Amino acid sequence: MRNFSSSRWLRFGLKPAVFLLALAPIGLVVWDAWQDALGANPIEAVTHRTGDWTLRFLLLTLGITPLRRITGWRWPMRFRRMLGLFAFFYATLHLATWLVLDQFFDWQAIVEDIVKRPYITVGFTAWLLLVPLAATSTRGMMRRLGSRWVRLHRLVYLVAVLGVLHFWWLVKADVLEPAVYALILSALLGYRMFANRRTRLRSPVTA
Amino acid sequence: MLIRVKRRSDPKPSELTPKSVYEDRRRFLRTAAVAGASAAFPGLLVSGAARAGRKLPRVRHNPDYSTDETWTDYDDITSYNNFLELGTGKEDPKENAHRLKTRPWSVAVEGECERPGVYDLEDFVKPHRLEERVYRLRCVEAWSMVIPWVGFELRTVLKAARPTSKAKYVAFESVYDPKNLPGQRRRILDWPYKEGLRMDEAMHPLTILAVGLYGEVLPNQNGAPLRVVVPWKYGFKSAKSIVRIRLVEKQPPTTWNTLAPDEYGFYSNVNPEVDHPRWSQKKERRIGEFFKRRTLPFNGYADEVAHLYAGMDLRKYY
Repeated sequence: MRNFSSSRWLRFGLKPAVFLLALAPIGLVVWDAWQDALGANPIEAVTHRTGDWTLRFLLLTLGITPLRRITGWRWPMRFRRMLGLFAFFYATLHLATWLVLDQFFDWQAIVEDIVKRPYITVGFTAWLLLVPLAATSTRGMMRRLGSRWVRLHRLVYLVAVLGVLHFWWLVKADVLEPAVYALILSALLGYRMFANRRTRLRSPVTA
Repeated sequence: MLIRVKRRSDPKPSELTPKSVYEDRRRFLRTAAVAGASAAFPGLLVSGAARAGRKLPRVRHNPDYSTDETWTDYDDITSYNNFLELGTGKEDPKENAHRLKTRPWSVAVEGECERPGVYDLEDFVKPHRLEERVYRLRCVEAWSMVIPWVGFELRTVLKAARPTSKAKYVAFESVYDPKNLPGQRRRILDWPYKEGLRMDEAMHPLTILAVGLYGEVLPNQNGAPLRVVVPWKYGFKSAKSIVRIRLVEKQPPTTWNTLAPDEYGFYSNVNPEVDHPRWSQKKERRIGEFFKRRTLPFNGYADEVAHLYAGMDLRKYY
């Protein structure tokens, strides 16, 4: 079997491949726009697709740690930052689609929506909370912030919860899709609670 | 009642059809062939072969009740639909359209009337002269279209049934066929879909039963074979694929109102001043346009229908 943890293979093979793959959803949106294949309401289609991929990348990012713990593999950790930054990338595109294409800089309507519509309030808050996480994602910032970095980046749990809530609250009748995201998110967060408690019980310091 | 004199500047329907339709050669040829066939056999609609895409015979354009705005593209009208019986995605209804069986089809007119009856679709439609009505459609989700419906006024059906003095409301019931309709296999909504109007709303000349659009038999995804169209209300009030029209004394329960009464009122008149709790209704995106438009009170039909609600608090009766 291929040794996945080989540094060369990761850096020059797998990482660029994952990077390109993560760009595929936006590539497809651009292609469909070019082909006039976004349907009757293209702005809505772009909004939905960038939103969907934000949630998917958030869940993928949150899946890395459980994957490492369960399998014992270390190499998935090398992708966590990239996936997290792609979540921010799609979230920013999603927000920009709303601000530019949907509202066309109608600031009054934008501010009103953020204040008055709970689903937009939580969605916008989630994006705001992602900004400091993206800004402190560099190696230098990790070093500088030390243990505070870990605490700061726990915000991603809240971001994911707000993101799913944002989806749930905007649906008219059929909550099946947001429910699937909610279920996966609960599993990912639930695993952490379970795993953390077990570690604590085993550790003589806190026991 | 509105009496609009036809102006000479009013465009003919042919001038309003988007160029793209005429440029689509295949479609043009098919339409021409069907038009020729239906001229030869005017009973085409009443034959069991009536299918979406067939030209409807002897349709008279009614300019008095038609907007002269540009028609929304045929492909957009038929591929962007909220018809949850055929799926929750906007393009699902088109994809699943074949699952809706529109023949045989019967319509019941019943309740508080002297002449109730159950009619075969063909017998139900036959007595009526079909009219083209170009109406704005404003969805509660803040998008809109301009659709050239083909149909007849609901009031002619109601009058023929001779409503009793107890008939204060009209209740509509849509198709129930969970075996064939994929959306009805789950209880997304309380099936079958139910809608309703107050008697004066149902009797208003703008309220029609549609059997077609763009001069052709109604595509299934648009509510074939028979649907209500109430242009001054949010789209969900215009129930699709109707099987029952019931005259009743009390305000009938309606599907969306039952599901979320704070979001969808019984009246649901288009009103830019009353927001949906989750989004603003001030503006709308006309399908095919980039910039949003201002939403008009009663969807631009205030002159015709505002008097129906004189003295009513439209914030309370949203």
